Amino acid sequence: MIFTTRIVCLLVATLALAACRKETNADRGTREGVFIVGNSNEPKGLDPHQVTGVLESNILRALFEGLVTGDGEVDGQMNPGAALRLEPDETATVWTAYLRPDGKWSDGAELTAHDFAFAYERILSPKLAAKYADMLYFLRGAEEFNKEKTKDFSTVGVEVIDKHTLRLTLRGPTPYFPQLLQHYTWAPVPRHAVLKAGKIDQIGTNWTKPKAGVMVSNGPFRLKSWRVNDHLEVERNPHYWDAKNVSINGVRFLPISNSYTESRMFRAGQLHATYGLPPEMVKYFKANEPKLLRQEPYVGVLFYRCNVTRKPLNDPRVRRALSLAIDQQAIIDSVLPGYTKSYAMVPPMAGYHPPQVLKFDPAAAKALMAEAGFAGGKGFPRLKILLASKETAATMAQAVQSMWREHLGIEVEIENKEWTAYLDAMQRLEYDFAASGWIGDYLDPLTFLEMWMPGNGNNNTGWDNKEFAALIEESFKEADAAARFRTLEKAEKILVDEVPALPLAWYSRNYLLDPRVKGWSPLLLDNHPYQKVRFER
Amino acid sequence: MFRLLASRLIQGVFTLLLLFTLTFVLVRLMPGNPYVTEKAIPAHVLEMRKKEAGLGEPQIVQYGIYLRNVVLNQDLGILFKKDGVRVTEVIKSSFPVSLTLGLLSMGIALIVGIPAGVVAAVRKNSLVDYSLMSGAMIGICLPSFVIGPFLAVTFGLHLGWLNVAGWNTWSDWVLPALTLGLINAAYLARLSRGGMLEILTQDFIRTARAKGVPGHRVITRHTLRGGLLPAITFLGPAFAGMISGSFVIETIFQIPGMGQHFVNAITDREYDLIQGLVLFYGILILAANMAVDLLQIAINPRLRNAS
Repeated sequence: MIFTTRIVCLLVATLALAACRKETNADRGTREGVFIVGNSNEPKGLDPHQVTGVLESNILRALFEGLVTGDGEVDGQMNPGAALRLEPDETATVWTAYLRPDGKWSDGAELTAHDFAFAYERILSPKLAAKYADMLYFLRGAEEFNKEKTKDFSTVGVEVIDKHTLRLTLRGPTPYFPQLLQHYTWAPVPRHAVLKAGKIDQIGTNWTKPKAGVMVSNGPFRLKSWRVNDHLEVERNPHYWDAKNVSINGVRFLPISNSYTESRMFRAGQLHATYGLPPEMVKYFKANEPKLLRQEPYVGVLFYRCNVTRKPLNDPRVRRALSLAIDQQAIIDSVLPGYTKSYAMVPPMAGYHPPQVLKFDPAAAKALMAEAGFAGGKGFPRLKILLASKETAATMAQAVQSMWREHLGIEVEIENKEWTAYLDAMQRLEYDFAASGWIGDYLDPLTFLEMWMPGNGNNNTGWDNKEFAALIEESFKEADAAARFRTLEKAEKILVDEVPALPLAWYSRNYLLDPRVKGWSPLLLDNHPYQKVRFER
Repeated sequence: MFRLLASRLIQGVFTLLLLFTLTFVLVRLMPGNPYVTEKAIPAHVLEMRKKEAGLGEPQIVQYGIYLRNVVLNQDLGILFKKDGVRVTEVIKSSFPVSLTLGLLSMGIALIVGIPAGVVAAVRKNSLVDYSLMSGAMIGICLPSFVIGPFLAVTFGLHLGWLNVAGWNTWSDWVLPALTLGLINAAYLARLSRGGMLEILTQDFIRTARAKGVPGHRVITRHTLRGGLLPAITFLGPAFAGMISGSFVIETIFQIPGMGQHFVNAITDREYDLIQGLVLFYGILILAANMAVDLLQIAINPRLRNAS
């Protein structure tokens, strides 16, 4: 017994001693210049031609740099990246990039226009089966090459003029092309390293695996260590062209899937920034530690897809009525802190004005329902809201359920499915309403509108509107940025008049940030360039 | 003895084959496939991917190829969502972590659970018994997702003694091992108390007492042996469970163990990973049960004679 007591005393003493070490991980990170961030989950990989997720893009942004690089403070502004200059012709169809003559890969090898051409050929290679290859369909002939209609890559609008000059010919005028170029699918890959690990179109070679040696990249950072489900760390790339202006020495990404664990870790000083924050914790931090809380608009929209191939959802009046009967503000106040009411589909962005059509109007909703033959909800079938078992989705559905009951007199059921089963049902059109969301890939309304084109893989509603499709097609030919926006606004007007999807809210990012972190400004795409981050010590 | 072992082994192989086949059929009955993602993959890309991964073949052919690879090459297949990663790599990288955590938890469960159960049985219906058993009941009733965050908030946030999450230093092992260990200790305590009580009422204990054997010797020499049998039966599968990881504990404490793969593999429809993990877990359970059998034979003379 005395022995046990001694052991217990010793343990307590050790722990108390351990508690005296006051330097937390975040303190050490600040001292050593390592930025520690929560990144929600284990990345599926680091090959920019194979991954598709937001969390992977957060890492790839540190590792790779495209022709242009985003600004850390101003949304939509592009700064020179791997290219010194990017020049469009007068129709914004042919773009010439003049690469930095001193551009290098992280292993010291020269970065040339051939690396870019190689990267574009690789992602478009049918055998590589890149899931995001369609991001490059803006290039002339890219879709045909990717779909094996031709085997000749020289038919694609990629031309190496000389070692440091690259000419890209697009399928039509694309004044917003620099916005697209920010996406990681447009980044170069190291031809010498990829070919050393395998063939150009071989899936799953180990050029991105940390074990095979040092992964070669061209961004401000390079891969340092990667332990699955534990951490991934990048360190300063000495060969980066602007290395002398990179303030921090590295970034450590932690795949913390549980947002409660993440906020505990933040409070215990294990992190500089969290990936997200549960709604009730937002309230807590707002009240107690508002300096740590960040709430920033994020280009994304939440909506309910309607299966327009089913009655009575094939009637636009019914869909409109359902949309007008949703009190978005009430939902936002209770479960979506920081989100904003969405009066259209495309979130507001510079120069583009989404049509202000949708608002909470129960009287108009009732009238529309009556007009469609369902006065007071009589005769309306019992439809189901399909959702995936994720935190707030069920609460939101219950709110919508009670709003529709109250304002339209209709009853809907909630069908909660596991994630993949939910996606499968939605993509097969086996649903009435499907709770969904969409995050923009780039800062342009097109990323929110193109998906509603007939036959688009992300439409998933059965909505097929010729007029809308024609307007989108027309925008592809428009070289003038402002005129193009007006065309897209017209297209969106049709979309929100017909409401194949009922908008619920525009996104916001709620997260915690250590106040010592500087150079981290709100950005609509949440794509902060890590080379701009610095610590205030 | 040898015959028993041999028959167990043969049974084990059949069980594994059955498990393998059932899993193979069941995973493919789930709605969706490994390539269902939020942003739809273009149809021609999907076709290419399925062809490349061998998912285009008829299922019976897939079954044959996979079984052959498992048996001949010990290759458990690939991950469909992570290019170039193999199932064996996933198990190799995550199992050591789960094993460490499992062994520690097992240690805690044994050190806390068995003495608690024995003391409670010896001091039956006393205050000690009641408090120990209520403690155990609370341990059984409280789920790990309550105990875990409670420990993390208390010792990590408020007292600042330990990290609230992570798996980097030895001190990171304490809280998850306590969470997992205490829950199992609670079960063990109740089981060993029950087992002890049953033996304590037996005639041979009374005889021993009548012959003047001192109290502690009655317990250590005569009762423990039989009294711990139910606890040992529980320990086999529990041990296999503990060392193969726990989704909840790993999520709460951010541990790179094997438990989360069990759940995520299903959500991701990683057919081969599910199959590989089920097979691995099956082998662990079989081995643990066999070890329990041997242990019981060693402890219980009646079983020894029967075999």
